[in-house]
Amino acid sequence: MEPLRLVALGLVGLSGLGIIIAAVLVGRKPPTFRDIPAFRQIRRAVSMVVEDGSRLHVSLGRGSLLTPFGASALAGLSMIRQLGETTSLSDRPSIVTSGDGVLNLAAQDTLRSAHDALRISQPFDTNRGQLTGLTPFSYAAGALPIMRDNQISTNVLIGNYGIEVALLTEASEREGAAIAAASDNLPAQAVLYASTPSALIGEELFAAGAYNQAGNFHIASLVIQDILRWLVIATLGIGAILKALGVF
Amino acid sequence: MNRIASAGFAILAITAGVLVLLGYFINTPAITNFRLLLIDWAVILAGVAALVGVGNLFSVHMQRVRQHVKGASYSLLLLVALLIALFLGVTPGLETAQHIMLNAIMIPIEISLLALLAVSLVYVSIRLLRSRPSPYTLLFIITVLLTLLGTGAWPFLGQITLFADLRAIVAQVLAAGGARGILIGVALGTLTTGLRILLGADRPYGGR
Repeated sequence: MEPLRLVALGLVGLSGLGIIIAAVLVGRKPPTFRDIPAFRQIRRAVSMVVEDGSRLHVSLGRGSLLTPFGASALAGLSMIRQLGETTSLSDRPSIVTSGDGVLNLAAQDTLRSAHDALRISQPFDTNRGQLTGLTPFSYAAGALPIMRDNQISTNVLIGNYGIEVALLTEASEREGAAIAAASDNLPAQAVLYASTPSALIGEELFAAGAYNQAGNFHIASLVIQDILRWLVIATLGIGAILKALGVF
Repeated sequence: MNRIASAGFAILAITAGVLVLLGYFINTPAITNFRLLLIDWAVILAGVAALVGVGNLFSVHMQRVRQHVKGASYSLLLLVALLIALFLGVTPGLETAQHIMLNAIMIPIEISLLALLAVSLVYVSIRLLRSRPSPYTLLFIITVLLTLLGTGAWPFLGQITLFADLRAIVAQVLAAGGARGILIGVALGTLTTGLRILLGADRPYGGR
């Protein structure tokens, strides 16, 4: 095995081990997180949805789970489980849209689990998880009427989007609905920064589970993420100094 | 029984995930071939899932047509277009019609949405100053203007070297540095999300 691959495998293995250890430790003493306005807004919006009988729309974007872009959608899925349980009790349960077949099935399955966990007597409606289009613009075009026609009071956009996300944020603004949005795509983040008051930038997207009480493993992975970030910063800093000194 | 099935799915998924991951690091024919086989299966299943998703889209719009909800005529149009596209797609010898459908309908519509997007983005940038007056907003707007001024040859002014140089500093040093920082953060987030699934803490396949 090449040394570089061995180091990479070691890092992945150590990170996994770190998550397990951190999950045990955070169970004893949960860490305090900094305030992220978008997550605060989502919590407020969810309580509003239950109280005023409006609906929550969660958009998972179009990142295929077979590609690295699927990770952002997985962060969204972990959030659906939490939000789904709360909003399933309301008169109008939440709707999830996505732009990928696998993601759509995963979203329906997650919604069904949240529905089953609450033992609601009404049968689960599979149309609560909808695939609205398979290309970026067809996905956005398909999601627009859903945002308009279903008495949506809050849109949570969390997943992989391109600049077409501006069409969704604009539609939400037009309908007077609250919006919280995040994407792993850089141009989409720039668009979201400009178009939404509380966009999640960079890796904040992956903190969705930890901020929504999805369990110790979510908090642990956030802790490990922070440790890894400091390691990267230290490596870059040391590398820059060594380069300046002419060591390599 | 449900619990046993759920545990079985988890073991299967984690094993497949670990094998695919190891295939990236360990370069032995057995693991690499097995990884490729698993990925091939996943691609086939993703294709089937896309088909199921289209079925879901059909069912949603059929329901809208049946219930005569507001905008049901658009749903009907979608259903008709979907059936025509399906017919043209699966019938041999209709390749020309498929190309016409793609080049004369789908691509122009997506391009017109892109044009609409350009207008939306200009509007959003203007509104940003009013809705969120802050130093960061000002920085954002100045950067956008600087990039625009330094990008092209302007009427009467031509290529302004000062703006082009400033744009190069912003785009190639400041923005590239910031973008790399954000991408490193996203990559770390992707890694820990993947690890959570490999550890069975997140089970998107079992709804947990």
